[in-house]
Amino acid sequence: MDLHFGDSKPTDEEKAAVDALLGPPESSWEGAARDEMTAADLRWARGGREARERRDLLLPGLHAINDRIGWISEGALDYLCRRLTVPPAEAYGVATFYAMFSVEPRPATVLHLCTDLACAAAGAADLCAGVEARLGLGSGVSVRRSPCLGLCERAPAALAIKAGDPVRTAVSAPATVERAVLAASAPDSAEEEPPAAMAVPQAGDPSLTLLGRVGVVDPSSLDDYRAHGGYTALRRAFELGPAGVIREVTDSGLVGRGGAAFPTGRKWQATAAQPDRPHHLVCNADESEPGTFKDRVLIEGDPFSLVEAMTIAGYATGAHRGHLYLRGEYPRALRLLENALAQCRARGLLGDDVLGQGYAFDIEIRRGAGAYICGEETALFNSIEGYRGEPRSKPPFPVEKGLFGKPTVENNVETLVNVLPVLTMGAPAYAAIGTDRSTGPKLFCVSGSVERPGIYELPFGATLGELLALSGVRDGLRAVLLGGAAGGFVRPDELDIPLTFEGTREAGTTLGSGVVMAFDDTVPLPRLLLRIAEFFRDESCGQCVPCRVGTVRQEEALHRIAERTGAAAAGDIALLREVGRAMRDASICGLGQTAWNAVESAIDRLGAYE
Amino acid sequence: MTVIPLGVPRRLLEFTLDGEPVRAPEGSTILDACRAAGKDVPTLCEGDTLTPKNACRVCVVEVEGARTLVPACSRKAEPGMEVRTDTERARHSRKIVLELLASSVDLSTTPKVAGWLKEYEAKPDRFGPDAARLNEEPKVDNELYVRDYDKCILCYKCVDACGDQWQNTFAISVAGRGFDARIAVEHDAPLTDSACVYCGNCIEVCPTGALSFKSEFDMRAAGTWDESAQTETTTVCAYCGVGCNLTLHVQDNEIVKVTSPHDNPVTHGNLCIKGRFGYQHVQNRD
Ligand SMILES: Cc1cc2nc3c(=O)[nH]c(=O)nc-3n(C[C@H](O)[C@H](O)[C@H](O)COP(=O)(O)O)c2cc1C
Ligand code: SF4
Ligand code: SF4
Ligand code: SF4
Ligand code: FES
Ligand code: FES
Repeated sequence: MDLHFGDSKPTDEEKAAVDALLGPPESSWEGAARDEMTAADLRWARGGREARERRDLLLPGLHAINDRIGWISEGALDYLCRRLTVPPAEAYGVATFYAMFSVEPRPATVLHLCTDLACAAAGAADLCAGVEARLGLGSGVSVRRSPCLGLCERAPAALAIKAGDPVRTAVSAPATVERAVLAASAPDSAEEEPPAAMAVPQAGDPSLTLLGRVGVVDPSSLDDYRAHGGYTALRRAFELGPAGVIREVTDSGLVGRGGAAFPTGRKWQATAAQPDRPHHLVCNADESEPGTFKDRVLIEGDPFSLVEAMTIAGYATGAHRGHLYLRGEYPRALRLLENALAQCRARGLLGDDVLGQGYAFDIEIRRGAGAYICGEETALFNSIEGYRGEPRSKPPFPVEKGLFGKPTVENNVETLVNVLPVLTMGAPAYAAIGTDRSTGPKLFCVSGSVERPGIYELPFGATLGELLALSGVRDGLRAVLLGGAAGGFVRPDELDIPLTFEGTREAGTTLGSGVVMAFDDTVPLPRLLLRIAEFFRDESCGQCVPCRVGTVRQEEALHRIAERTGAAAAGDIALLREVGRAMRDASICGLGQTAWNAVESAIDRLGAYE
Repeated sequence: MTVIPLGVPRRLLEFTLDGEPVRAPEGSTILDACRAAGKDVPTLCEGDTLTPKNACRVCVVEVEGARTLVPACSRKAEPGMEVRTDTERARHSRKIVLELLASSVDLSTTPKVAGWLKEYEAKPDRFGPDAARLNEEPKVDNELYVRDYDKCILCYKCVDACGDQWQNTFAISVAGRGFDARIAVEHDAPLTDSACVYCGNCIEVCPTGALSFKSEFDMRAAGTWDESAQTETTTVCAYCGVGCNLTLHVQDNEIVKVTSPHDNPVTHGNLCIKGRFGYQHVQNRD
């Protein structure tokens, strides 16, 4: 590979941002200036294999530049490419894939205003108009309309990111024009976010399992975590041995909480059994499904539990490295996790010899950069590896060839955290919770037209109506979106649907990632459907034709019928069905395959355009 | 690839194709088996010299037990598989994919597509006059080849040929995402400012004519491009000792473009700038 670099130079600031991540360049081959060339540089070249193995630092490198400067210039990108031996065309392709990066100059501060479902229902349109009127051109703030920020319980939401050293962030939710503007103009003095427990209406209830520590422990203190039962599960894991842990997880009946509902024990067993080494563990904390915010609340309220659970998963499946892929829009979760990792390392709970048991394990955090598709498991591997976050085709499956082409277990945050009660209470006791085929406790992300939005923990099997009653559903309920944008709508007369995987399936819908969004009759349904279509069009990776073009054609059809019903809409609805069917059948990944679900359910179950 | 490397003979596996039992060497794709059985499955992003990217999805077939359709070009045949290539479900997806493509890009220079549009009764117009299209101007920034991304179906073939599959130059990649994704060089610069070495291997694999010789582009613009009047002669490149095969496309006694046979076991259709573009000296009659 003979790389070609243009003659754009990085500024000192850009160079410093990259060097802060990678260390100073050791030779001119790595991007030091020509006049800094040493005699040794003339005799040997580094790079090649050694440098190519650092390709996975591309995404952190792009973040480093974007965090410091606010955008990524040609000079900065070329310098990063030199340092990592990455072809500039590929790095450009990666940088332009993510919504949080810009390759065009822009102001140092970016204010993201959520316009997604819960926020739209809570007045996001007025908020945007108000903020845009205040922060026009020349204000030094770039205002961007954003998909769900994962703060739906406090809709409408705003997130301000001010580039610099260090980068500063501020969240405003529920946001008013005043407070959003303040967050953008003075992030340091913006009001503090409420603690995670505020998102858990049941906080403090002694019957809670997954959320039991949220609001009870200090999320920044390892000692407090241990004082509240932390690290008993890992000790039990070491007593059982890897095979014993996998047996417990299998017997518990735990299935994945990330949306696809795959049996966790089977996934672990399949990976553990692979002869190819090393094995990798990936925690999917990308959480970008509109309406989902449970992983954020778990991490912000009880971060050490995730670290402990990942350690157990790594131990059981033979991985010595855990990769935690965290949504880029979660600055507080990032801070708390970094703190948790540092404390665990300092206390021998991560590192060469975890708990003195001779097992080496550590966790690396990778920040996403604004791409829902990176939650898809194979897209996530590509993203970590420094490629565009495009899904890979399966087979081969991740348990065989996953991250860096090696056997990989990938699990959702909530799935992993469930492993703690599996081990502390034992598989039979865990399996006794819930129903036969959906065992254990489940988290639900309730938002929209309810009095007490937030994360609820219920044993599988509670009905939709029970959950809505608990959260104080408002009068005039028109529709409930189950499972997020990739899920489906149900009617107010279907509230006896049991919240289990099999129950929702029988009712022709899905539990997905546990989203329950309630909409009352003040919310214009066609507008919601348009927003869903727009979301998928924006988030399609663009790799395959049914999804890349299909999502656009669907949005166009929904625009055409936004104000129409009956015969006037019939032709376009037929078109939507035909395109939707091909998208479901022929798209490469779950995004294209599910993009039409919610709209179809609104037409069929709610009679959206009748 | 048409060339089968000499090696240990591969074991045969058995499966059913449209109800008929077939045998295929281990490692074959469903598409290989279809072609061996004389079945026509449309393909666009599949390339005989490249690892399938399975991005276009026109080759989808039904496999018993699979939740979704599967791309014939990349799914390996497995023993006992039951594959159906021509079901209503598969035909429906192909038709929609063809409509989606034809409504968004210019397929006028894509071989075979007109026939498939007819065969599947695709009506790209039914998305209405306002359906979003690429609508890009051709990029003419050098004398050797033209990039007309209005015709690009994002099959990734040029990216793979320029990158780790053949050329190892990595001058182009996909930038942006979703409907806004485009093939681009770094910083979306002109080709002349990029890492491109003008081997033209991307043109060789492009299935739509989005990448074409400047000579072809100019003749098409002038209305003088006439494939039926062209002859093809395969000869050996005289520039260096590698001895690549060149296929000269000649119209009216002029070389109008140069390709290379894909079944050549050494070059697989790849050339360098001299072989691909350095033909003017042959016809310089001064
Ligand atoms: C488009 C798309 C987005 C996804 N986003 C997420 C996500 O944000 N978080 C998550 O855990 N799983 C997500 N998934 C599901 C993952 O691909 C995968 O199934 C899951 O992480 C596996 O973990 P589990 O077995 O613990 O559920 C997504 C899937 C698709 C198709
Ligand atoms: S279905 Fe959509 S998101 Fe998934 S690979 Fe295809 S284009 Fe990308
Ligand atoms: S330019 Fe040609 S080869 Fe490249 S992606 Fe587009 S259609 Fe495919
Ligand atoms: S095409 Fe290039 S490499 Fe091949 S023989 Fe000609 S000059 Fe040599
Ligand atoms: S934060 Fe706005 S919809 Fe989730
Ligand atoms: S030819 Fe198979 S997906 Fe394109």
